[in-house]
Amino acid sequence: MSKVLIIAEHANGKLNASTAKCVTCAAKFSPAAIEILILGSALDAAAAQAAALQGVTRVLSLSNPANATAIAANYAPQVVAAANGYSHIFGPSTTFGKDLMPRVAALLGVSQISDIMSVTDSHTFQRPIYAGNAIATVKAPTAQPVVATVRTASFAAVGNGASVAGIEAITVDVALPNHTRFVGLEAGGGERPDLQSAAVVISGGRALASEENFKLIYDLADKMKAGAGASRAAVDAGYAPNDMQVGQTGKIIAPGLYIAVGISGAIQHLTGIKDAGTIVAINKDSEAPIFEVADIGLVADLFVAVPELMAALG
Amino acid sequence: MKILVGLKRVVDYTVRVQVKPDGSGVATDGVKHSINPFDEIALEEALRLREQGKATEVIVVSIGAQTSMQQLDSGLAMGANRAIHVKTDRAIQPLTAARVFLKLIEQEKPDLVILGKQAIDDDANQTAQMIAALWDRPQATFASKVEVLGASLRVTREVDAGLETLDVDLPAVLSVDLRLNTPRFIKLPDIMKAKAKPRAIIDFDSLGVDSGDHLTYVSYAPPVKRQKGVMVADVPALVAALKQKGLL
Repeated sequence: MSKVLIIAEHANGKLNASTAKCVTCAAKFSPAAIEILILGSALDAAAAQAAALQGVTRVLSLSNPANATAIAANYAPQVVAAANGYSHIFGPSTTFGKDLMPRVAALLGVSQISDIMSVTDSHTFQRPIYAGNAIATVKAPTAQPVVATVRTASFAAVGNGASVAGIEAITVDVALPNHTRFVGLEAGGGERPDLQSAAVVISGGRALASEENFKLIYDLADKMKAGAGASRAAVDAGYAPNDMQVGQTGKIIAPGLYIAVGISGAIQHLTGIKDAGTIVAINKDSEAPIFEVADIGLVADLFVAVPELMAALG
Repeated sequence: MKILVGLKRVVDYTVRVQVKPDGSGVATDGVKHSINPFDEIALEEALRLREQGKATEVIVVSIGAQTSMQQLDSGLAMGANRAIHVKTDRAIQPLTAARVFLKLIEQEKPDLVILGKQAIDDDANQTAQMIAALWDRPQATFASKVEVLGASLRVTREVDAGLETLDVDLPAVLSVDLRLNTPRFIKLPDIMKAKAKPRAIIDFDSLGVDSGDHLTYVSYAPPVKRQKGVMVADVPALVAALKQKGLL
């Protein structure tokens, strides 16, 4: 029977929603156990959130001052030491998981399945290749653990269950290298909701035409309590910082409502939003490819339509 | 400092790939191929480190069929000192690629290995991390800025939360992101000059690498397309449509 270990992502006492999405993915093949391994230094709050998730049977908490920041070279050998006996080791396909999980897989001497988007059975999964232009069905061998990352936009976060799993503090006997040192983190985004977890995201494209004009996107986002994103074209032109980039080379997101303002809809952008609940497009060009995927399209000058929309929202 | 750079031959990013009608793969015959764009950025960074006097030699490596030599030729024309082609007709997976790199690392003893963060064909985003794991050295993935500080590097990384800065001791492995630099264009005289540069060809089987190709790619399908929705005439109609869907 399958036994899944999910590596939790968390920051500042808060469990990242990507962890609950990994649980949803794992539950698809009905494993005998879904356990969560959480590494860090002050873990009580995030471990409790992990223990509350529906379907989670146990939480392993690996606290160590050296784990205060997620350094893959430090985390990977600890994950390997804690992962003995599991048939599956999953992490989210966020920059945290993408950095860590291949290092875990290589230490275990196994291949990794990147970006699971759907599940056929415990060893057969679908994943996007060629920027989402093709979907491959991939089979992992049953004789070795399955190390994988889960494409978070493809799975809804599981809610809290009726019972709370036990939390066990564990230790591992691993000598940590000192060759990689955390210097700092310059947070992007400010007060707005994180793009990956926001229910509503407003993104601007090249048609905004300047960094100053991007204020329109921020104002609309603030009005709607939404996350603010940008197309690669807008980022490349310097209108918005890179951490706002939505698309295959940026963030892949699945908000309930996505409003694309002045975005033409290049394939690499569409790949990043195709799991959104409702897509709204506002664009001057009625031929823009974004309208082929939009649920609601409005052909209009964004500099007129966005202020009008803000006024209508009150 | 000696730098090893991985260059993967991939379908050019401008090609809209099609899944074969029988689902057995993606049509790649007769379409334009190029250096994986992220790997091109990796090479550009290595060349800049050499031009700043921080590195002495830049070696480009490609694992693949005979045709991969075209991408190594481009890498040499961009300015790499020499090329190593590990020749195999099989499509290898990231763990195998990492094991090949480890063999080359043992032979060449580089101070730095730089790769793109992912190849735009399999989108795996694994090889750099796996090399670092097997080599037991630091990794700095998704690099957007690299500074040399004596025997270590200060690397800015593009992470979901913003920009993270790490110090990594050399030797180390980097995977690079789009914003690190803009690769140079190749000029005709550079192509001529590159003809004389050394190219080593190593047969994959002669390296004695255990295959890490554990995954079986069973079938391929085109992505499910979203349906085109409705067009509204003006902002009040947009607001009404959003309200009707319960989104406002």
